[in-house]
Amino acid sequence: MELLAKAAGDGAAPDVNALVAAVPYCAFLGVTARLDGERVILEMPFDAKLIGNPVLPAIHGGVIGSLLETAAIVQTVWATRSAALPKPVDITIDYLRSGRPVTSFASATLARQGRRVVNVHATMWQDDEAKPIAGLRGHFLLR
Amino acid sequence: MSNQSDDPIQRMMTAQGGTAFLNALGASVAEAVPGRSVIRLPYAPHIVGNPDSGVVHGGAITALLDQACGMAVGSGLAAAPAAEGSGLRSIATLDLRIDYLKAARPGADITVVGECVKITRQIVFARGRAFQESADEPVALATATFMITEYRTG
Repeated sequence: MELLAKAAGDGAAPDVNALVAAVPYCAFLGVTARLDGERVILEMPFDAKLIGNPVLPAIHGGVIGSLLETAAIVQTVWATRSAALPKPVDITIDYLRSGRPVTSFASATLARQGRRVVNVHATMWQDDEAKPIAGLRGHFLLR
Repeated sequence: MSNQSDDPIQRMMTAQGGTAFLNALGASVAEAVPGRSVIRLPYAPHIVGNPDSGVVHGGAITALLDQACGMAVGSGLAAAPAAEGSGLRSIATLDLRIDYLKAARPGADITVVGECVKITRQIVFARGRAFQESADEPVALATATFMITEYRTG
């Protein structure tokens, strides 16, 4: 990705919020990113369009998966100073609690970083990080 | 099972009108019969995950697979006889595994099929696949597991 290639070319760290802002699907979801030390934290305010279950109401399971996958990708870019977006190979999402209509957060850690593949664990929470609403394990190809 | 249910859970689970997020994506339900659902997502700028290549974000495909599997399970369950004494049933996703077989080709629509494969007393298993031109060349496969829950509204 151009933005990442330029940062890598300059020997600079990638701007994680500029990265998510440049991804149309992330902008559509309303996702922003910030750094807390070496940790990327994504934030997604609630919006009515994110609803998957109107009765509870609850955030769509696919939105939860999308935020978790994005957290895994952006953390991988940050940690590896990658010039390209890592490519998802497989992901498994565990749904722990329903996503209430409030602001959500997500972050990820690289459980194992190989030369070609990373194994990433991501979690998503709302009011309390100690009570995650969902988790993700996934493999991504580095490019 | 009635296709014209007035019950909100029934309508949601069989998604005759789709969900708010499905509509926001621009996707529509192409087919919904007990135990099987088909959703189509036209290619559009807001689902792009890589602005340089135009490749769709994996999350958009995940959302379609989650929805298609959930609808297939919901409609399959609605058509299956309930255990004696059980009330209205809803579902909660326990987990969803996606294999991204290949990048979706930019500019082409995505079709997702969800199928309910096994209903047990408490758990329902589903499979899903996403493809573009040919159903024989999927771009992603899904395995989803659901828990049957009691009807609740809060």
